[in-house]
Amino acid sequence: MPQIFTASADTWLRAGVLLAALGVLVTGLLWGGAIGSSYITAVGWVRDQPVPFSHKHHVGDVGIDCRYCHTTVETGPHAGFPATHTCMTCHSQLWTSAPALAPVRESLATGTPIRWQRVARLPDYVYFNHSIHVARGVPCVTCHGRVDQMPLMMRAQPFQMRWCLDCHRDPGPHLRPPDQITRMDWRAWDREGHADYGPNQAALFGIKPERMTDCTLCHR
Amino acid sequence: MRYLLLLALCAVLIILLVGCDEMTHQPRYQAAGPGRLFPDGKAMQAPPAGAVAQDDRARAAALARRPAMSAALLARGRQRYDIYCSPCHDVAGTGHGAVPARGFPAPPSLHEPRLVQAPSRYFVEVITSGHGVMYSYADRVAPADRWAIAAYIRALQLSRDAPADALEATDRAKLDGARLDGGAS
Repeated sequence: MPQIFTASADTWLRAGVLLAALGVLVTGLLWGGAIGSSYITAVGWVRDQPVPFSHKHHVGDVGIDCRYCHTTVETGPHAGFPATHTCMTCHSQLWTSAPALAPVRESLATGTPIRWQRVARLPDYVYFNHSIHVARGVPCVTCHGRVDQMPLMMRAQPFQMRWCLDCHRDPGPHLRPPDQITRMDWRAWDREGHADYGPNQAALFGIKPERMTDCTLCHR
Repeated sequence: MRYLLLLALCAVLIILLVGCDEMTHQPRYQAAGPGRLFPDGKAMQAPPAGAVAQDDRARAAALARRPAMSAALLARGRQRYDIYCSPCHDVAGTGHGAVPARGFPAPPSLHEPRLVQAPSRYFVEVITSGHGVMYSYADRVAPADRWAIAAYIRALQLSRDAPADALEATDRAKLDGARLDGGAS
């Protein structure tokens, strides 16, 4: 009687079972919403930083404008990390011996930049320019959340393509007066009363929603 | 045969895992990221000594000449003042900002006679080079904006020290009316 199973049949079976298990796992993760989970998007996760910088203190309590530190947000693609010089504008006089600020003083003394860990990061295949969004009136809070309530910086939005597209398909309702761009609390903004504001602004700026979803707009 | 197959499977899985990166981290330098090509390890390099930037002449020209006073200049100055100056000098220029309230040496009021009499260029120079414990703001406030802030400081000073005769007739009438009301109540 000839053999039914070849010598490699066992291996094929194991490989098949392994692949099937992997498939079930991946399907389960996708079905369960893994892509949108904060484990993948990092929404609400705090990163360890060299200095426990509090946006809540500096923005919420002291009331410093975003642009005091993020100086290039209106003119360039990047909002800009502040130079140590900017930190020391106040901290040359305030909290001068605080242990938490030792890395800042060391940075100034040695000329070595502080190694901040990036929180709001886009994939490298995405072209993003801060200045155009700011000039058209997309407030900081739309993408970065209520940083005035964050003792430690965390990502506020998933930064996924569909989230970008939600706004790009219909930018009107998200537009605000450009001179109030850094305002954090928009609860007092009368959405009903300003129903025409966004569409009017979009028309004024010549924003064409049908062009706003062109692939090459962001993937250059 | 069996090991070859397992090896092939592992290779396929590794290739799939590599695909998970999806080119999100491309081998290129980011503005504020590391750059191993340079001795100090930064991608962003300071210009070498003696380098002249393309816009240096335009910046120098903007710094040398005081722009004509206009409503747009004042509006710009007000916005820049509120961002960069008000943390210490406060929005009215009295020097009682949020930062001095936390122990920073309080700046002088912009309404004191010495500063009212100072030329606008003085404020531009202080913004450019700093003064006392005030650091230079040359890296944060563009030359044209320094003049705009100086212009707005002039407006702030005038708001506290304008002669009533300089008002237009309608405004003067309002002022006199307010005085009468104040005296009557």
